[in-house]
Amino acid sequence: MVEPANTVGIPLNHTALLKDELDIVIPTIRNLDFLEMWRPFLQPYHLIIVQDGDPSKTIAVPQGFDYELYNRNDINRILGPKASCISFKDSACRCFGYMVSKKKYIFTIDDDCFVAKDPSGKAVNALEQHIKNLLCPSSPFFFNTLYEPYREGADFVRGYPFSLREGVSTAVSHGLWLNIPDYDAPTQLVKPKERNTRYVDAVMTIPKGTLFPMCGMNLAFDRDLIGPAMYFGLMGDGQPIGRYDDMWAGWCVKVICDHLGLGVKTGLPYIYHSKASNPFVNLKKEYKGIFWQEDIIPFFQSAKLSKEAVTVQQCYIELSKMVKEKLSAIDPYFDKLADAMVTWIEAWDELNPATKA
Amino acid sequence: MSSSEINKNEVDIVIGALNADLTQFLNSWRPFFTGFHLIIVKDPELKEDLNIPEGFDVDIYSKPDMEKVVGASNATMFSGYSCRYFGYLVSKKKYIVSIDDDCVPAKDPKGLLVDAVSQHVSNLENPATPLFFNTLYDPYCEGADFVRGYPFSLRSGVPCAASCGLWLNLADLDAPTQALKTEQRNTSYVDAVMTVPLKAMLPVSGINIAFNRELVGPALVPALRIAGEGKVRWETLEDVWCGMCLKHISDHLGYGVKTGLPYVWRNERGDAVESLRKKWEGMKLMEKSVPFFDSLKLPESARTVEDCVVELAKAVKEQLGSDDPAFTQAADAMVKWVQLWKSVNSSG
Repeated sequence: MVEPANTVGIPLNHTALLKDELDIVIPTIRNLDFLEMWRPFLQPYHLIIVQDGDPSKTIAVPQGFDYELYNRNDINRILGPKASCISFKDSACRCFGYMVSKKKYIFTIDDDCFVAKDPSGKAVNALEQHIKNLLCPSSPFFFNTLYEPYREGADFVRGYPFSLREGVSTAVSHGLWLNIPDYDAPTQLVKPKERNTRYVDAVMTIPKGTLFPMCGMNLAFDRDLIGPAMYFGLMGDGQPIGRYDDMWAGWCVKVICDHLGLGVKTGLPYIYHSKASNPFVNLKKEYKGIFWQEDIIPFFQSAKLSKEAVTVQQCYIELSKMVKEKLSAIDPYFDKLADAMVTWIEAWDELNPATKA
Repeated sequence: MSSSEINKNEVDIVIGALNADLTQFLNSWRPFFTGFHLIIVKDPELKEDLNIPEGFDVDIYSKPDMEKVVGASNATMFSGYSCRYFGYLVSKKKYIVSIDDDCVPAKDPKGLLVDAVSQHVSNLENPATPLFFNTLYDPYCEGADFVRGYPFSLRSGVPCAASCGLWLNLADLDAPTQALKTEQRNTSYVDAVMTVPLKAMLPVSGINIAFNRELVGPALVPALRIAGEGKVRWETLEDVWCGMCLKHISDHLGYGVKTGLPYVWRNERGDAVESLRKKWEGMKLMEKSVPFFDSLKLPESARTVEDCVVELAKAVKEQLGSDDPAFTQAADAMVKWVQLWKSVNSSG
């Protein structure tokens, strides 16, 4: 059995790295009690809370945290008609937080994620590890068998080409979860008791040309490098699909990162995922996605962006055109999604006029 | 998978002997080698007799055996670290596990000795998943599975061609790196096995490796020799080249290559700074190899491993031959290897 860390007594981190350059985006409909446990590691940072569901409800934020909060009314007010691209009644709404942020880096975490313990029993400062991952290069062009070569005690192995050892900029740091693993509904139904107790002490770059399932529960990224591609799609209320928001973003992000020569890392840090969502509810949400992803994956695997697409926005618009052209045949939803992708970019550019690609 | 579950008759453990005294090595591996058939191949340039402790089921091959099977002129292809390939050639088993003679069993974080043989065979017997990355690594191991978003049609995986293990203590770093970081030792036990994705290249190390001989035997080619190749790993690239070929062919034929567990404990031997004094040709050759493999496309008509090796050799000669004679020699060696493989294995 694996337990979350007890963070009582851990001193507040006064030398918090990048404290003025990073926003923490948290989607919620319930409360933010979980932040108490994260206090030593997260209090120095600014929070952007995206309140989903009933806007008349008040979300209690623990004392001492510096935050801005947006509910559905705020989203509608700020984006006007473009608010249609932001999902309602789904944690996908979190990407609104990415859009309104003015910082270089984003860390996003779910409100049922607690602090994990490493094998020595020490509380894992997940944000600190994400920052380390983002600040040091990635190595997508050749796999290093000792994983992250820039970590203390590691390096590139014999045979690793020297010309590739400088690496490329890291756009995304994808963390993992102890306790409740991020399984789909069918797997949850078959293995309701399975818990992830394996702490794999590694960070690695996902090779160029390889897609992966990006989970939004414990994720950090460089907003300047890849922000506009982090659109979490149309999910939830009024949509035929749910629980594919982060997946969709991850596939788009990876294709664009590969095209632009940016790196995506996965592995550490771990958080402790405390709540298993209802697998029957999940199955209803995922149902169509399970079939659709069989076509979506080959689509992304063969997606080729043009030489002229040199900014993230340009890449994303091109991708949206390909979605309209190639995936609309599966379901009219993709037609709507392609339009929403364009709306998202328009909204992003409006709110971030000086954004560099 | 415990050693009692493995069919030991399907495995050959092939050891290349670059040093005569194998007593300590074999005794340290005894708990995990017992019950398996061992093939020990003596480096043809090693003069002394091998010293092998009692109690192992072992066949020893040396220079005269090589000359008998492949002819005197071809025996040079098995000198140094490449001697083990002779063992691959004459083996009749499905799986091969190969460990360098300066490695002993490692301890896992619980303090238990790692049964590297069992872990390798388990890796080889379970499917690989090169077409989509699973963020929880090996989906078939106890306590793990495919994560949300992993396409269902890809969950049965593909056959695993090779299992690349790792090293605690002295990691397989190159000479410049180890010389710079003389005190660095690998203490990080990463508890994972994963499939190296399709098209991703990796530096395969021969120090701790296993493969499915029936599936990809001929693809493990003793081909690339750097000038002044020596008797320490810092002075060779034969395994790295072999691995680039193996990965490319595996990708082409739809097989997978795994990396990660098991760990072995690698002892000190040689001197990185000494190795650095010799002009290190390997760096140059790797720089040329990478863009070659990156853009290489084997013809669709190449559907057997042997055909793939021959096509690969052709491409090496055409595209890299003019860059360095080492590549031309490698291409020739690869063609010769396929011929040898066919003749040795058809005569039973």
